[in-house]
Amino acid sequence: MNLLNVKSVDKSYGGVIANHDVSLNVPEGKIVGIIGPNGSGKTTLFNSIVGHHPIDSGEINFDGKEISSLTIPKIARLGMLRTFQQTHIYGKMTCVQNMQISSDIDANWKRIFNPFSKEVDEMVDELLAFVGLYKKRFLLAGDLSFGQQKLLEFAMSLMKKPKMLLLDEPTAGVNPTLINGLIDRLRQVNEEKGITLLVIEHNMRVVMNLAEHIYCLANGTMLADGKPDEIQNDKRVIDAYLGN
Amino acid sequence: MMKENKQNTLIWLGLAISAIVPLLLPNHITVLTYIWVMIILALTWDMLGGQTGYTSFGNILFFGVGMYVCAVVQRDMFSSGLERFERVSEIVVNLSVSEYFISLAIGTISGAIVAVILAIILGSGILGMRGHYFAICTLGLGHAAAEITSGIEYLGAGSGMVAPLYPSEFLMGKEVFYYYSFLLVAVATFFLFKKIYKSQFGLALNAIRDNENKAESMGIHTTQYKIAGWSISAFFLAIAGAGVGNVIGFIDPVEIAFSGPTFGVWMIVMAILGGKGTIWGPVLGAIILYSAKETFWTYLLGWDKVALGLLILIVVVYFPKGILGYFKDKKQLSDSVLSPKGEG
Ligand SMILES: Nc1ncnc2c1ncn2[C@@H]1O[C@H](COP(=O)(O)OP(=O)(O)OP(=O)(O)O)[C@@H](O)[C@H]1O
Ligand SMILES: [Mg+2]
Repeated sequence: MNLLNVKSVDKSYGGVIANHDVSLNVPEGKIVGIIGPNGSGKTTLFNSIVGHHPIDSGEINFDGKEISSLTIPKIARLGMLRTFQQTHIYGKMTCVQNMQISSDIDANWKRIFNPFSKEVDEMVDELLAFVGLYKKRFLLAGDLSFGQQKLLEFAMSLMKKPKMLLLDEPTAGVNPTLINGLIDRLRQVNEEKGITLLVIEHNMRVVMNLAEHIYCLANGTMLADGKPDEIQNDKRVIDAYLGN
Repeated sequence: MMKENKQNTLIWLGLAISAIVPLLLPNHITVLTYIWVMIILALTWDMLGGQTGYTSFGNILFFGVGMYVCAVVQRDMFSSGLERFERVSEIVVNLSVSEYFISLAIGTISGAIVAVILAIILGSGILGMRGHYFAICTLGLGHAAAEITSGIEYLGAGSGMVAPLYPSEFLMGKEVFYYYSFLLVAVATFFLFKKIYKSQFGLALNAIRDNENKAESMGIHTTQYKIAGWSISAFFLAIAGAGVGNVIGFIDPVEIAFSGPTFGVWMIVMAILGGKGTIWGPVLGAIILYSAKETFWTYLLGWDKVALGLLILIVVVYFPKGILGYFKDKKQLSDSVLSPKGEG
């Protein structure tokens, strides 16, 4: 079953056609990758999916619902979260607070004027340990390194127990020795928590390792898709990367 | 935590002094009353302005609305004095002790409710906008309210209204009664806001301040939180307005109720002076600014506005994060050197 279904999506910024006739499917429980040269429209596609901007035409279906006209918070609450290429964290709040506020506060809005529950705090500690930030938990998130902020943002999205995560270049800026650990964690999240992943990634080693299916965007259109080894040997893909 | 204990001791000590101060300084009771008013003003402004990072120049609206709604209820609840006078602004109603306090209570609560409704309606319209656009939209709120009120004869139009006479037969004098009333409201506001800032709601406000796009993408309905925050502010501001109308005894749309250049600006300056985005900052700022203003007024007659302006300038230039922000930064420096918290 497809958890996410994108059909013929068009999106342009003024004169720039960022996405043209883009379609892709993400089956439930799988890890799917998106690659493509800089400026090929990958982030734009994420923005379209999560409701950051209205699309010009096409359909986006998530978990059996048409979502292309819903707002960002509504889509997030359906269980689809994204992380950003440039990290988005709450800089003047501690790591713990960043995590706490990422729990589903509206689910129990009657307690909104209470402090966070013990369950939330336990989950915070567990997830911070999971991404290796437990020792940094009382630091201001803004004082973390870029790579640590990426890990924090990843952990924050797990607080919401999403059905699906859209990760925009999760390993960019992360120190090479930490990348292997991050790959393991992404896989662990996928296998143990059953979270479906859609990952934009420039690092070929990472995406070939992680994804079961890969889409390649170039100049705003879907150039090719297939299994990692198929994509790796696809002449159009190689040309797109070298040509740019 | 030891720090919390120390803080509580300080709070209780401060309250004990505040409780007896009118007995010690009976001549300064009005000034002291206004310090409590200023604390309420600064605290309520800071909920959006500091904690959420949404600068509002229009909060004075809620202050004035509370003042007017309360005045109307006090005037009309036990007598329909309107017919007996040519001009509304000349109506002075004489109430018995129980009538006075009942109409005051109901008037204050009505004012607060009307202000909350206004905050919800206005907020739904303009709090969907981001920071600066919201700030610009709030610029004209106070002025517009003053203009509208000046055109309504039922509210005394441009000449304003007179508050009912304080019942002289009541065992407590007017000044003393309002001093303790404002002390109570300010303390209640302080503790409630303190609790709010420690809650999930408070952290949501901070998240909006730090990165609203992120908060939205994490499913937080940011506009609803902003509206809720503004409504809470409006509630307490309106209560303050209702009381101030009675303390002054006379309400005027431009100079008092919707007075941007005084109350409207002060609430912002006080919060920033003390340190916005903290619970103690607005309190500290209110005490310092209002004391300074009174001192300047007493000793520098004629030059008081210049002195006040100078003080504000010094703060903005040398303490952009406010007094508390300045010390917090210093402390953080020494903390990061001394405490093992970061490694723990
Ligand atoms: N907000 C915007 N306004 C105008 N043009 C934009 C905007 N965002 C993206 N673009 C343009 O759309 C095109 C696609 O950009 P996008 O960010 O989606 O690329 P990308 O594939 O994510 O690239 P990268 O690998 O560098 O992150 C680019 O030409 C970019 O300049
Ligand atoms: Mg991108």
